[in-house]
Order: sequence, then C-alpha cells, then structure tokens
Amino acid sequence: MTTGSTEKVNGARALIKCLEMEGVDTLFGYPGGQIIPFYDELYDSDLRHILVRHEQAAAHAADGYARATGKTGVCVSTSGPGATNLVTGIATAYMDSVPMVALTGQVPSSMIGNDAFQEADIKGITQPITKHNYLVQDANELPRVMKEAFHIASTGRPGPVLVDLPKDIQISEIDFSYPDKVELRGYKPTYKGNLQQVKRAAEEIAKASRPIIYAGGGVITSNAAAELVRFAETIMAPVTTTLTGIGAIPTEHPLNLGMLGMHGTKYANYAIQESDLLIAVGARFDDRVTGKLESFAPNARVIHIDIDPAEISKNVPVNIPIVGDAKHILKALTKYVKCCNSELWLAKIIEWKTEYPLRYRKESDVIKPQFVVEQISEVCKDAIVVTEVGQHQMWAAQYFKFSEPRTFLTSGGLGTMGYGYPAAIGAKVGRPDKLVVDISGDGSFQMNSQELATAVQNDIPVIAVILNNGYLGMVRQWQELFFDRRYSCTDISGSVDFVKLAEAYGALGLRAEKPSEVRPAIEEAVKSGRPAVVDVIIECEANVSPMVPAGAAINEILDLED
Amino acid sequence: MKHTLAVLVENRSGVLSRVAGLFSRRGYNIDSLAVGVTEDPDVSRMTIVVHGDDSVLEQVKKQLNKLVEVIKVSDLASEDTVGRELALFKVAADENSRAEIMQITDIFRARIVDVGPKSVVVEVTGDEDKILAIETLLQKFGIKEMVRTGKIAISRGSKKV
Repeated sequence: MTTGSTEKVNGARALIKCLEMEGVDTLFGYPGGQIIPFYDELYDSDLRHILVRHEQAAAHAADGYARATGKTGVCVSTSGPGATNLVTGIATAYMDSVPMVALTGQVPSSMIGNDAFQEADIKGITQPITKHNYLVQDANELPRVMKEAFHIASTGRPGPVLVDLPKDIQISEIDFSYPDKVELRGYKPTYKGNLQQVKRAAEEIAKASRPIIYAGGGVITSNAAAELVRFAETIMAPVTTTLTGIGAIPTEHPLNLGMLGMHGTKYANYAIQESDLLIAVGARFDDRVTGKLESFAPNARVIHIDIDPAEISKNVPVNIPIVGDAKHILKALTKYVKCCNSELWLAKIIEWKTEYPLRYRKESDVIKPQFVVEQISEVCKDAIVVTEVGQHQMWAAQYFKFSEPRTFLTSGGLGTMGYGYPAAIGAKVGRPDKLVVDISGDGSFQMNSQELATAVQNDIPVIAVILNNGYLGMVRQWQELFFDRRYSCTDISGSVDFVKLAEAYGALGLRAEKPSEVRPAIEEAVKSGRPAVVDVIIECEANVSPMVPAGAAINEILDLED
Repeated sequence: MKHTLAVLVENRSGVLSRVAGLFSRRGYNIDSLAVGVTEDPDVSRMTIVVHGDDSVLEQVKKQLNKLVEVIKVSDLASEDTVGRELALFKVAADENSRAEIMQITDIFRARIVDVGPKSVVVEVTGDEDKILAIETLLQKFGIKEMVRTGKIAISRGSKKV
C-alpha cells in the first residue's frame, strides 16, 4: 500500500524523499567514495547536514539528538572505514535502546564479496549491535526498507537500524512511491499491558509495606516521567533510578532516592535491600545496579514492567511481569492502586537519608570535582547535561540537580568514552533552546576532541567542562583500591593544554585552577554563546564515593570519604 | 535437558546467520540445526535442538522472537512430536563383512545405497537413538565417513505450529 502517485527518481533521490517523509530534519555524517551519489542529491535538498570530523562522532551526535528530542537520529557514512567507524556509536545506541538509523555507502553490488577498495561487510559486523539491518539489493526495495528501518528503530524497544546502500543502488532509477504502513509479520511490539497482570500488580502493591520503585531508561524512552511521578505519589513509594533513568523524577522530589547500584546513594541501596516489593519499570537489572545478584533485594517480591519480554526474568526472577509500554501501564496501574501503608517505611528512609547523605570533604585550596558539578548545576539550571564515561560521569549523576527527563544523556550500557562531546553537539542541534553542557574528563575528552571543529564550523555553542585530574581517573581509583596503588598506564598528565586546544579550533578556552575561579569560568562560557571549553584542574586523586566493590551485595557499600 | 524448537523465519538471505549468531553470542548450545523451505515459499522452517535448563530455554525463545525475521517459535514437546534424522555412513566392507552389514541394515530398516569393492554406503532414517544404535554396530567394521542432517520434527495430529 502506498501514498500518492509514483515518480521516476534515482535511488539517492529516493533516499532523500524517504527521509523527508519520515520527518527527518537533520543528518550527521561524513562523505566518502561510495556515498557520493547520496551527497550529490543532498546538495539540493532542505535537509540539514552536520559534517563531523570522524564518523564515530556522527553516530554519537545522532544518538544525542535522539535522546534529547525523542526523535530518531540519523547518521551517514561511506563504506569500509567510514562504516566501521560508526560501529562504537551504533553499539552505544543499541545498549541504551536509542532510536537511530545509520545509512552507509557500500561498494557496487557487482563487487561485493571481492574485497574491493573500502569494502567491509558492515551488515555482518553490525548484526549483534543493531536491532535490525539491511543490505539493499534492489533499488525498488528502497522505500519499503527505509519505511521499515524507521519503524523498527522507533517502536517497541527502540534501537539502531543500519541500511547498507551499494553505489549502484543509489544511482539506478526507480518508480518512487512511499508505503503507508509496514507489514512485518515477525515484528509486533506489545504496548498495552495485560489487564489481569496490572490488577495482580495492584493487589501486590496493596499488600506491601516497604515498596520501592526502580526506574530505568525505559521510563524516559516511553515519555512516562509524569506518569511515574504520579504513580509514586499515589502509592507513596520511594523511587530510585538507574543511570539512564535519571531525570524520570526530579532530583529534589521528596520520594527520589537518587541512583542505585555501584555508585548509587547508600539510602537507595539500603532501601532496595530492605524492601518487600520491588517495582521495576523500564530497567534491566544490569550488574552495575544489582551487584551480587543472589543478594539483590532478598526480601522483595518483584513486579517488572518492560516492553521487551526478553528482559523479564533474564537476571532476576520476576513474580509479576507486565510486558508493554511504561506510559500505558503506569497510567493503568495508577487507576487500580491506593496509597499503601508506607508511613513507617518512608520514616525509615528519611532516617537513612539524614544519616548517610551523599557527601564529600570540602576544601578551600583544591578544587573538588563534586563542587564543580554543584556549580554547573547552579549556573546551568535546566540544562541538558551530557557526559563521557568515568569518574566525572558518576559525579555528574550524583551532584547535578535534574528537573526533567531527556536532560541527562550518558552512555550507560556500553560505557563509551568519547560519547559526550559529539552527543552534546547532537543534543544542541535537536534542542537549540536548551543550554547543553558536556561534563567531561581529560581522558574521555581526548577521544573525540576533533569535534570542536564541528561545533565551531556549524556554530553549535556547546560547553565542555573538563574535570581534569591528569589521570584516567576511574581506572586509577580501581588501581588504588584493588590493585595496591599500582597506577599502571593511567597517568595522562601533561597530555594537552585544553585552553590552547580550544583556541586552536576557534572555540573559547577557559581555565579554573582555584575553587573561586570555577563559577566565573562557567558563567563566562555560558555568557559567550560560543562553543567553549572550561578546563578545571581538580584534586587529582579524588574518588567516586560511595562505592560497592564489584561482586559485593549493594548494601556492602563503602564510603570513601570517611 | 534437550528441547526441539520449530522456528518459522522469513525465507531471505542472512536469516540463518542471524540465528546462528544469536546462539553463539549469547552462549547457547545448539545440538543440531536443520533448515528448509515450507509449504509457503516465503517461509523457511528451522528445527533447532538445544540443551539447557528452563530459564535458558525461555531466554532462547525470547531472544529468537526478538529477531525481526523470526515469525514464530514453538517448543515441540517430545511426546507429541515425530522427530527424524537422516544419516549416511560409509563403512569399510569386503566379501567377508558385507553380508553382516546387510543384515544389520535390514534390522534397522536402513538401506544400502552404494556398494564399492571396499565399502558400502548405508542410509538410515530415524530418531537419534536409532542412529546412535546403528552407528555403534557399524563401528566394528570401520566407519570411514559419516554425515547427518540434524533433526527435523513435526507435531502429531492436525495441529500446526
């Protein structure tokens, strides 16, 4: 079934038309030999193309765009090395269920399999890290394939879909018409939760006296943050979120316990362990969350709401599974539940919160990383915060005060260093109304610092705040705690002058070396309205605290600030 | 515990690689896999024999179902299922041993499909136990080569997967 009349176009033009039909406004990409026909048609189109400096950044930028807006991000590269450079970005999006379509050029059909110049089997390579992928073998399939790609990427549990486009497919003529709907007999995601299961869950909630809600990134993906808060307030249960679930409930909400798990708050972890009912929503019981699996929430019955049936009972046995969309199910569930008897439980939680707050030793001569995040939080209220991976990521998660969903973008599942800066560019392109701050480390920032050129050339005023400790800090912390302070290959001091680096690219470069300089530097970066880098020289051996050692139960949590 | 899964998939290139990749990536053990087209030329059917406990099997089924090109996954319970495998054995044979091999072949309702001066090829169809049994008996003559199809299975009665 198709809409409108057909018209004769070449494959590349057909691709542009498909993108327009899907409501795409921006692409992130990098051209090359086997994708030139597509770029030639792009030249005449109204689509915005952000030219990155490395294809990995195109994938991360599309990811950041998607997480910030909820729309499907699109990235483009050529064949071979262009396509393989996308791989880390695609894997990052796959692990965090981000809707993305990746378009890759490919050598002409007749040469596939001959080890042609810049040939790589990107369909084979990305098979385990895409939700689905295609190698287009007939140009007439293009409209159907593109329709399916966007449908699969954005529905159910979202994820990246790759479409590999041999050069001859891009130049052959087809009769173009865009299908109205997809027909995929093997793909029918469940949205509405089973009503019987919803009622059973409501009964279970009524019986509970120590309930806790464990909310993951699925709540954000499903745009269910408001429904989550209403549900929590209705049953008066505390909420703890995963790293990717941050923003599902405001940081300052009285029922919010912050993040749980390895670097979660003590009170979130204690509450999980003491709870008698665990309500997991859009979360997947990742090892960084559960710690030692056998001792996770030992006294709790488990309700698990997730759109992906394969997540049910994957790691933790579930008593009441509800498969479907978090938004639908939370709405339905809220209708059937009443406030449960949680007063004593909430009192206990307040006690824990008072006794074991997130804390760090304040000092006047060195810059504490947590202090920097607090300053960013005050100066950049309601900003979109993007992070790289490592200590700074955890400090950002712990100390920034979030008030709405889609404002904390971080590589949770794959843990990709170098994600943050390009993702921040993508986020800013998608949400130009928002201040976008990449909280970074000196290690991670160097993994994609070439993207300063992208930000400057396209005038994308993203702020990077580098928590510079001269170390690959998270690895150094593990070496300090578990490897007898043998700092093998983690000292990166003296790598580059980030202020000069920023200036070399034409961005604003600022540095803070004393606590009193931190806030003015951040304020100046914001005021400039330009791409800016703020290099903050922090205490070099600061640790992320608290911490659950790998393999321990999550209540065996150490306070490293003692 | 062994399970036999009937998996209906889109009859397209690359589907087998997706299924095989899924098993290796997630560490599930395939005992055998047989695939061929069905009564609908757009659909292929895979019969996969897999072992693991109930929770592993549950994950295997769910993960298979997540593949866009997988249409349906059914767990065939052994009591309601006819399962067959075809095996060909090339067995060393001379004038002295040929008669005995023919006798064994008869007992198993197998067939000799090729006779050479120093060997015979035995074709046998049956369930795994039967094939194992004839293999054991033929071993003493010397099995030069053996090839098996992997199990295919279909449910009894009029019920379809």
